[in-house]
Amino acid sequence: MSLALQITDLSKTYDTNTVALRGVSLEVEQGAFFGLLGPNGAGKSTLIQIVTGLVNKSSGQVVVNGDDIDTNPSKAKTHVGVVPQEFNFPIFDRVYDIVLHQAGYYGIPLGKARENAETYIKELGLWDKRDEQARMLSGGMKRRLMIARALVHEPDILFLDEPTAGVDIEIRRSMWQFVRKINEEKNKTIILTTHYLEEAEALCRELAIIKDGRIIRQGTVKELLSRLERDSIILDLATELSSDVQNRLQAQGFEVRDGTTLYISFAREESSITAIIETLKEEGVTVSGVRNETNKLEELFVSLINEN
Amino acid sequence: MNWYGNWVSLVVLTRKEIKRILRIWTQSLLPSVITVTLYFVVFGEVLGSRIEQIQGFEYINYIVPGLVMMAIITNSFQNVVGSFFLAKFQRSIEELLVSPMPSWAIITGYALGGVIRGSIVGGLVLLVSLFFTQLPVTNIFIVLVFTFLTSVLFSLGGLINGVFARNFDQISIVPTFVLTPLTFLGGVFYSLEDIPQAWATVSYFNPILYMVNGFRYGFLGYSDVSVWLCFGVLTALLVLVFFGTWLIFRTGYGLKE
Ligand SMILES: Nc1ncnc2c1ncn2[C@@H]1O[C@H](COP(=O)(O)OP(=O)(O)OP(=O)(O)O)[C@@H](O)[C@H]1O
Ligand SMILES: [Mg+2]
Repeated sequence: MSLALQITDLSKTYDTNTVALRGVSLEVEQGAFFGLLGPNGAGKSTLIQIVTGLVNKSSGQVVVNGDDIDTNPSKAKTHVGVVPQEFNFPIFDRVYDIVLHQAGYYGIPLGKARENAETYIKELGLWDKRDEQARMLSGGMKRRLMIARALVHEPDILFLDEPTAGVDIEIRRSMWQFVRKINEEKNKTIILTTHYLEEAEALCRELAIIKDGRIIRQGTVKELLSRLERDSIILDLATELSSDVQNRLQAQGFEVRDGTTLYISFAREESSITAIIETLKEEGVTVSGVRNETNKLEELFVSLINEN
Repeated sequence: MNWYGNWVSLVVLTRKEIKRILRIWTQSLLPSVITVTLYFVVFGEVLGSRIEQIQGFEYINYIVPGLVMMAIITNSFQNVVGSFFLAKFQRSIEELLVSPMPSWAIITGYALGGVIRGSIVGGLVLLVSLFFTQLPVTNIFIVLVFTFLTSVLFSLGGLINGVFARNFDQISIVPTFVLTPLTFLGGVFYSLEDIPQAWATVSYFNPILYMVNGFRYGFLGYSDVSVWLCFGVLTALLVLVFFGTWLIFRTGYGLKE
C-alpha cells in the first residue's frame, strides 16, 4: 500500500529558539485513521503546520501522497485539507462565501465550487446558517465550518487538529460519525490530534505518542494497549460488605471505596479478572457490575508521559 | 495547479477584495471623498479667489489633480495594508497559504483590490470636482497610466507594510507619518517655481512630487519637472517595491514561522 504521509527526520526550531520537533519520522498509509497524541506543547500542531505549508521546517523531509513539499509544494498542497486548532476564517464573511472562496483558492472553477460548497455545508449541518457572518456561529458550528472548508477541494488526506475541543457531546459524536464515514466510504486518510483519549480510542486505528518533539511510541491501538501492564477495575457489589469481609479483602489488596464499591489494581501476569471474581465468590460477595476507572488509553498515556 | 487554476484563484481573491470594499463603503470610499470635497470648498470657493493664479492656472484647477492623486495614494495603500493585516490578525491568511495558490497570484489579488479602491475613490473625487471647476484634459492616456502605476505602487507598499506590521498601530504609522506629509509637501498646493530654492531642492527628493506632477500634466499640460522623469521615478520605485514583495512571499518572511 502506498503512503499518504512520509516524514523523515523532521526538526523545527522556532525563531524564539524553542525546539518544537526533534527528528520526527512517521509513516501513515493511505486510508489510515491515525491519531497523534501528546501533552500541550509536544509539537503536534507544529508538525501539522509544516505538512500543510504554514510553518517552514528547519530540516527533514515531508512527502505527501508521493509529492515532496519542497520540490512539489503546489501538488502536495492539493492532497491535503486541514482543520486547524484555532479559528482562522475571516469572521465578517458569510459561511457560504468562506467555503466557496476556499474552493477558488484551490483553482476549482465557480460551477464546481458552488456544488462542492453546498454539498459540504449541508453535510456538516450548516446549510441553514449559510448566509450568516461566521462570527455569529457558536463554537461547535465554527469547527464544523472549518471541516466543510477543509473538504471543499476534496483532498485525500484530512488533518484535524483537536477538532472536537469545546464541542458538546452530541455534536462530538456526530462529528465522529462523519469523520469515520469519510474515512471508510471515501477512503480518505485521517490524521487527528486530540486530548480526549476516549476519542482517540474510539476513532483511531493507529497512534503515535509525541512528547517534547519526539515520537515515543507508535503502533496500532491494540498493540499499544496490550503493552499496558496493569489493569485496574471497579466492582459494584449487590450487597453491603460486613466489616469482617472488608478487612479480609483489604488485606488482599482491594480498596474499599464505600460499602458497595471495591477498587483493585493488578498486574496482568500476576492475576486476572477471573481470579479476582473467584476470590470475591469465596467471600460470598455478589458482583453486580464491573467498570474501568479510567479510559485505558488514558492510563497508557499517563504512564508513558510520566516515564523518565 | 495549472494556469487555469491559478487564474481562478486570482479572480476569486480579487472579487473577495472588491466585495469587501463595497461592503464597508462608509469606511473605504466615503472618507476621502468628504475630506477632498472640504479642500475644494475651502481652497476653491472660499479662498480660491484671493489666491493668485499658479503658472497661469486658476488655483482650484491647479490643486484638483494633486488632491485626486492624494486620494488615490492613501486609498490604495490603506486598502491593502488594512485588508492584509486583518487577514493576518484573524489568521485567515492561512486560507491562502495552505492552498496551492502561487505567491504572484496572492500579491496580484491584494494589489488589484488596492488599485480598484484607489481608482474608484480617485474617480469619485474627480466627479465631485466638477461641481467646482471644469478641469481640462490634455492627455487622458497619461492620466490613466499615472493612476494605474501609482495605485499599484502604493498597493504593494501597503502589502509590505501589512506583512511587517505586528499590531494595529503599525498599520497607521506610514499613512500618518509618511504618506500625508510627503503628499502635502509633494507639490499638491504649490508650484516649485514659487517656493524658496532650498525647499524646492528638498522637494526633488520627495517621490510623490513626481506622481503629482505627472498626473497633473495629464490634465493641465503643465508639470514642474519633465513628465519622462516623473515616469522614470515611478517605474523605478515600482520595480523596487515589486522585487521586495516578491522576496517576502518567496521566503515566507513575516508570513510563516
Ligand atoms: N509560532 C511560534 N513561535 C514560537 N514558538 C512556538 C510557536 N508555535 C509553537 N511554539 C512552541 O513550539 C512547541 C510546540 O508547540 P505546538 O503548538 O506544536 O504544540 P502542540 O503539541 O500542538 O500543543 P497543544 O496540545 O497545546 O496544542 C511549544 O513549546 C510552543 O511553545
Ligand atoms: Mg496544538
